[in-house]
Amino acid sequence: MENLTNILWALFWFVILGGVLGVALAIAAKVFAVKVDERIPKITEKLPGANCGGCGYTGCAALAEAIVKGEAKPSACVVGGSAVADEVAAIMGVKAEAPVRMRAQVMCSGTHELAKKKYIYEGAPDCIAASKLGGGGKLCPNGCIGLGTCVSVCPFGAIKIENGISAVDYTKCQGCGKCVEACPKHIIKLIPFDAGVWVGCMSVDKGALTRSYCEVGCISCRMCEKTCESGAIHVNDFVASIDYSKCTQCGKCVEKCPRKIIWSDKSQKKLGVTLDREELDGE
Amino acid sequence: MGEYFINILLLMLTAVLVENYIFSKFLGICPFLGVSDKPDTALGMGFAVMFVMTLSSAATWAVYHLILVPFHLEYLETIAFILIIASLVQFIEMFLRKFIPALYGALGIYLPLITTNCAVLGAALINIQNNYDFIQSLAYGFASAAGFTLAIVIFAGVRVRISFADPPKSFRGIPIAMIAASLIAMAFSGFSGMSF
Repeated sequence: MENLTNILWALFWFVILGGVLGVALAIAAKVFAVKVDERIPKITEKLPGANCGGCGYTGCAALAEAIVKGEAKPSACVVGGSAVADEVAAIMGVKAEAPVRMRAQVMCSGTHELAKKKYIYEGAPDCIAASKLGGGGKLCPNGCIGLGTCVSVCPFGAIKIENGISAVDYTKCQGCGKCVEACPKHIIKLIPFDAGVWVGCMSVDKGALTRSYCEVGCISCRMCEKTCESGAIHVNDFVASIDYSKCTQCGKCVEKCPRKIIWSDKSQKKLGVTLDREELDGE
Repeated sequence: MGEYFINILLLMLTAVLVENYIFSKFLGICPFLGVSDKPDTALGMGFAVMFVMTLSSAATWAVYHLILVPFHLEYLETIAFILIIASLVQFIEMFLRKFIPALYGALGIYLPLITTNCAVLGAALINIQNNYDFIQSLAYGFASAAGFTLAIVIFAGVRVRISFADPPKSFRGIPIAMIAASLIAMAFSGFSGMSF
C-alpha cells in the first residue's frame, strides 16, 4: 500500500510540475511575444539564403530586417540581382532600381613561369601568412600570391588556383566581394558582370622595374591609351585601368597590348577558367 | 559568518581550477569540441552557460528541497531536473528576446543548445550530492560555469593556432584538437590534489 502511495505522489507531483511549467511557458510566450514585422520572413524567403555577407550585413535575415527598417535598399542583395530586387521591392511596395551585377576579377596575369620568385615559400598555405613574410614569394609587390585565401572565403566555390594565380569562374561568381576583402594584396576587384575587358595587372612600379620581375606586367607603354577611341582606358600610377562607363568593348586595346595582359571574354576561352597563354598566343 | 564566505570563495576557486568541469570531471565535452572554433563564439557559449547554470542551480535546489525531499521522491531528481532546465532555458530565451535583445542576439543559437548540455544537469546533481545550501549551490553553479568558460576559451585560442599549423594529414581536424585538449587537461591536472 505504501508503495502505491509513493507512486501516486510521484505521479501527482510530476503532473503538477509539468503542468505548471507548461502553463508558465505558454503564458510567457504570450507575455514576452516580440512583434516581428511580417515582411521580414517574407523577404528572407526571397533572398538567396547564402548568408555570404556581400551586402554588408551578417546574413540574409539581417539584410531583410534592414530593408524593412529602411536602412538598406531593396536592391541591396548583390547576389540575387534584379530578379530578387523586384520581388523584395514588391513586398515593400516600392519600385526597384536594378542593381548592377558585379563579378570578381583577379587583376594579375603572373603565373608560375611568368612572374619571378623572390624565395620559395614553405609556410602555412595561406596568402595572409605568406604576405607577412616579405610580401610573399613573388618578386612583384602587387602579384597574386596564389595560396588561395580567396578560395577559402568564397561561399560559392567560384575561385580556383590555376598555375600559381587565382582564377574566378564567372558562371559561379555572384559578386559578393568576400574575396576582395580577404586578399592581402588587394588585387581582386569587382567589375561589371558584362564588362568584357579588363587589365590583368596591378603593378604600380615603373616599366623597367616591372619588366625585371614579371614577363607580363604592365610597363605603362600607353599603347592602349593611344588605341582607345572612346577614351576609356588610361595609364595612371604606371598601370592601365579601364573606365567601364566609357568602354565600348571594341577590343582594340586587347589586340594592341604588347604584354597581352588586357583580357577579354573572348580571349579567355572558357569563362575565366583557363589562363593558358600559349593557347591564346596561337590564335 | 566570515568563515562561511571564505568557504564559498574557496568552493568557487576549487570549481574553476581544481575540479574544472571539462578537464577533471569530463562534463560538457560536446560544446567544448563543437563550438570552440573561434574565441568569439566560445566566449558567447561560455556566457550563455554561466547565465543558465547559475539560474538552474537555484531553481533545481528549490524544487529538490521544497518538493522532492518532503515527499520522498529524491530518486526522481534526474527527470525533475531535466524538466526544469529545459523549461528554464526556454523561458530565459523568451525573456531575453523581449527585454534584452542585445544579449539575446549575442548568445544567439547557443542558448537553446544549452538545454542538452550535460554540465548544467551535472551541476544541479552535484549540488544535491554535496548537500550544498542555497547560497553554496548558486556559487558552485556560477563558478563551475566560469571554469567551463575558461576552458573553452583557452581551447579556442589553441585551436586558432592549430589552424595555422601543418600537422600530418591523418591528424588534421578533430584528432589534433583532441590531442591539444588532452595537453591542456594535463596542464590543469597540475591543480589536482590541491585542497582548500
